[in-house]
Amino acid sequence: MIREDNITHKIDWVTVLLYGSIVFLGWLNIYAVTYDENANTSIFSLDINSGRQLIFIAGSLVIISAILIIDRQFYETFAYIIYGLILFMLLLVPIIGKEVGGNKAWIGIGSFGVQPSEFAKFATALVVAKLIGSIGFKIDNFRNQLILFSLISAPIMLIILQKDYGTALVLSVFLVVFFREGMSPFIILIGMSFGLIFVLTLLVENQYYLYLGIAVLLGLAIVLGRKKFKRIAILTAGALAIVLVIESVDYIVTDVLKPHHQNRIKALINPDSDPLGFGWNVTQSKIAIGSGGFLGKGFLKGTQTKFDFVPEQSTDFIFCTIGEEHGWVGSLFTIALFMVLLLRIVFLAERQKNKFARVYGYSVACILFFHFAVNIGMTVGLFPVIGIPLPFFSYGGSSLWGFTILLFIFLKLDAHRMQVLQRL
Amino acid sequence: MNEGRREIIQIAFVAVAIIFLIKLFFIQVIDRRYEELANSNAILKEIEPPVRGLIKDRNGKLLVFNTPEFDLEIIRKEVKTLDSAKFCEVFDMTIEDLRKNFKELKAKREYSPVKPTIFIKQLSNLDFAKIQDRIDEFKGFYIKPRSTRAYTSQSMANALGYVSEISKDKLASDKEKIYRQGDEIGQSGIEAYYEKYLRGKGGVRYWLRNVDGIVKGPFDEGKNDTLSIPGQDLSSTVDIDLQEYGEFLMKGKAGSIIAIEPATGEILSMISGPSYDPIMLTGRNYSENFVLISSDTNKPLFNRPLMAQYRPGSIFKIAQAMVALQEGVISPDTRFKCDRSIIGCHGPHSNEDLRGAITHSCNPYFHQALRRMLNQGKSNNPFDDTRIGMDQWTRHISSFGFGTPLGIDLPNEKGGLVPSTAYYDRAYGGRPWKFSNIYSIAIGEGENLVVPLQMANFAATIANKGHYITPHLIKAIGDSLKPLPQFKQRHYTTIDAANFQIAADAMQRVVESGTGQYRAKLDSVIVCGKTGSVQNEPRPDHSVFIAFAPKENPKIAISVYVEFSGQGARAAASIASLMIEKYLFGTTKRPQVEAYVLKGDFLD
Repeated sequence: MIREDNITHKIDWVTVLLYGSIVFLGWLNIYAVTYDENANTSIFSLDINSGRQLIFIAGSLVIISAILIIDRQFYETFAYIIYGLILFMLLLVPIIGKEVGGNKAWIGIGSFGVQPSEFAKFATALVVAKLIGSIGFKIDNFRNQLILFSLISAPIMLIILQKDYGTALVLSVFLVVFFREGMSPFIILIGMSFGLIFVLTLLVENQYYLYLGIAVLLGLAIVLGRKKFKRIAILTAGALAIVLVIESVDYIVTDVLKPHHQNRIKALINPDSDPLGFGWNVTQSKIAIGSGGFLGKGFLKGTQTKFDFVPEQSTDFIFCTIGEEHGWVGSLFTIALFMVLLLRIVFLAERQKNKFARVYGYSVACILFFHFAVNIGMTVGLFPVIGIPLPFFSYGGSSLWGFTILLFIFLKLDAHRMQVLQRL
Repeated sequence: MNEGRREIIQIAFVAVAIIFLIKLFFIQVIDRRYEELANSNAILKEIEPPVRGLIKDRNGKLLVFNTPEFDLEIIRKEVKTLDSAKFCEVFDMTIEDLRKNFKELKAKREYSPVKPTIFIKQLSNLDFAKIQDRIDEFKGFYIKPRSTRAYTSQSMANALGYVSEISKDKLASDKEKIYRQGDEIGQSGIEAYYEKYLRGKGGVRYWLRNVDGIVKGPFDEGKNDTLSIPGQDLSSTVDIDLQEYGEFLMKGKAGSIIAIEPATGEILSMISGPSYDPIMLTGRNYSENFVLISSDTNKPLFNRPLMAQYRPGSIFKIAQAMVALQEGVISPDTRFKCDRSIIGCHGPHSNEDLRGAITHSCNPYFHQALRRMLNQGKSNNPFDDTRIGMDQWTRHISSFGFGTPLGIDLPNEKGGLVPSTAYYDRAYGGRPWKFSNIYSIAIGEGENLVVPLQMANFAATIANKGHYITPHLIKAIGDSLKPLPQFKQRHYTTIDAANFQIAADAMQRVVESGTGQYRAKLDSVIVCGKTGSVQNEPRPDHSVFIAFAPKENPKIAISVYVEFSGQGARAAASIASLMIEKYLFGTTKRPQVEAYVLKGDFLD
């Protein structure tokens, strides 16, 4: 077999095209947000976000070239080193970071700032893929599971320290990747129920109702199932563990956190509890999207999105602009673009010849999906307000570059999937 | 074993997308409510500022209240055409002013074409009546009411402090997001110290507006609205009549008067001269007046009662006497020769006991007493011996509240200075020092520094026979009718009550037959006082007087400090006795003393 080194022949152009379209649409919408018919500012002007986003896009092209030039072995070989470096940067953030919008999540380089948490995603994906892809790795082994969870917990902890709860939550999506690789769905269910318990504790004013519910469920499980001592003991222990979690959540929320932090967490769950803050955003966001109708008001014709009614308009709430200016049809088109991209990545992941590339591919798909689901979910009021960007679409250099690196490392791996066979 | 899992993931992806599209279909196509909301140009969020708490005097007389003012705000985007000639006529401004305002508008940091921005600040009430009728003619302009501080009296400016717009720095450090741009905040005095209680909490109202920006009614039936909570009212300890009288007496002089009710630590009046009219730092002329006041060379913003650190002078001899008695190095009957070779003295006396020495303010007596105090022979080395005595001395003196801020409920209180062994080690750069180097502290000169508030507190401590309650200006916050808890605690000195009885007796004699006898004496009540004259070569002395009255069950303790006005027996003693008379009897019956004070010529 003749080695074909020209990457342009082997890269998956469908994905590249989808990537390009989403980035371009994002850029147009960022312009639409800042557009002021009286001001007559060019879309390229560096005074407005669209001009700066163009610089970020140019930067992405440089990053893409670099990723494609570097040997594919690099990513697998240096996975732990890259991961270590990003963890180190995350550690540095609270020390040398600068504050933007109340959160200390940025490291400044000159007048420019980067958010290390945006790069933690691909680094974690690399190590997870490397570990699962290693020879003889069994995902049902308890020790292996412990290592996997530690690998994703470390960046989560560090990001929580920066109070960037949204990004920390994103990393929990690796559970889905583990599921694909054969981990028992039971573990994922346990993980999800802990989350559910946390949310329930916050929502239910008096936790004794929860205890009552648990007692009823426990009773039913004991009565209806086989009456073996071991089974009953395990069920009872589980119920006690849940009570313990509820107690500790309650303790943390009411005794450790300050009132304004409590409000923020409660508002995450229930926007109506904070009509001035998050609740206000959702109401405005829904009005903007809802007023778009079937076909939308037309490019640059939106009124809601331009009146600064929704904060974070060009970052977290960028989807409002599409909803308002392009209506349901525009939303359909955008959602469809994302769906095609996600399914294409899953398709590519499945055609990989080695486990490392497959696991990495699934990580990419799951991370992008999580962002997509939570971001649009919150703008349409289906999800609590968690500030995470819409991939490739939202304004911001760190987020665009982070996602670009994430995706193109996978495209690089995919382009060379045949070489892996040769080596085997 | 992983068959089907890929499909599960793919189905989950697509399912979420479909749920979104259905939800979007509902809010975009089926539910037309959102379109209406948007067409009505959405929701106007109106912040209702809280009403700031009022401040009253100790007898319930209103001191500080709020008065409405009106700003003119502009939403630039809504101003399509503007008849500038008409605008200028209504708002009484020139075309040039108008152009300048528009230019400045764009330069403002908070400026946004779609949000209300202040265009003309604080229209006066007079303008407002005329403007209110015609505001509808100017689209995009809105009148926004706000309230500003107003005062019933021209006095007490430094204690009350002032309120002005929050600075960028303070806004940035406001982590809990209590304040917004343009909010007012207490900047000094009571307004700053009790900001937390006075400010209240703003409310929010949501209105629905139509395309013309006209409010059509509450949004969502007002379910999300919150009412503003007014700030808490404060009751001051100050008697405003006494305060005004004190400022009247201090006219044209620099210095301070502090009167305290000894039993409670309540400040009856606190005068800083020169002062300013508090109304100057409110309203639209704030910036202009602030520049004027803060650049005044007489420093009217300098709150002398707590910020001016002076040498205390001879009033400090009482403290010296207390320390020496407590340490047992002298008794009330101990006599020292008035040997004027080392340290000068005044008046005809030669060999006094303690009471006599205080009565005549004998310098050599206290020089000797301090020598005994510092050199008690506890070490054979004279340097070490002084150090041992000095440590004791510092401990006693500090227990009077000297040397550290007392903790009055005002910001920027200074602590003065009580010298200590550590202090002299530093001052002498490690070289040895002993009594003969430092004896001028014996008569309240030398390194001692005291703020006038501490002097008044000292008078109150003597009146209480050995303890004080931290002086404070607010005796009740809101409905609690209680001051802050720290203003209920007694602070005890290291001196026995019996020794203070001796001090009181001696101070009675100061007023009746000693240095203070001419002007400080009152017919119907026993006044105990002590004069001081603080040297300022080559300028005239500072005039100092502390006193309390009546001798039994004292109702008022006072310190008066008048800069560059000669002996304490003149300016300061006169003012103090007039204040005591005014407070105890409600009026003064000694026009000749009052005239003497007002004439202001104390140097002969």
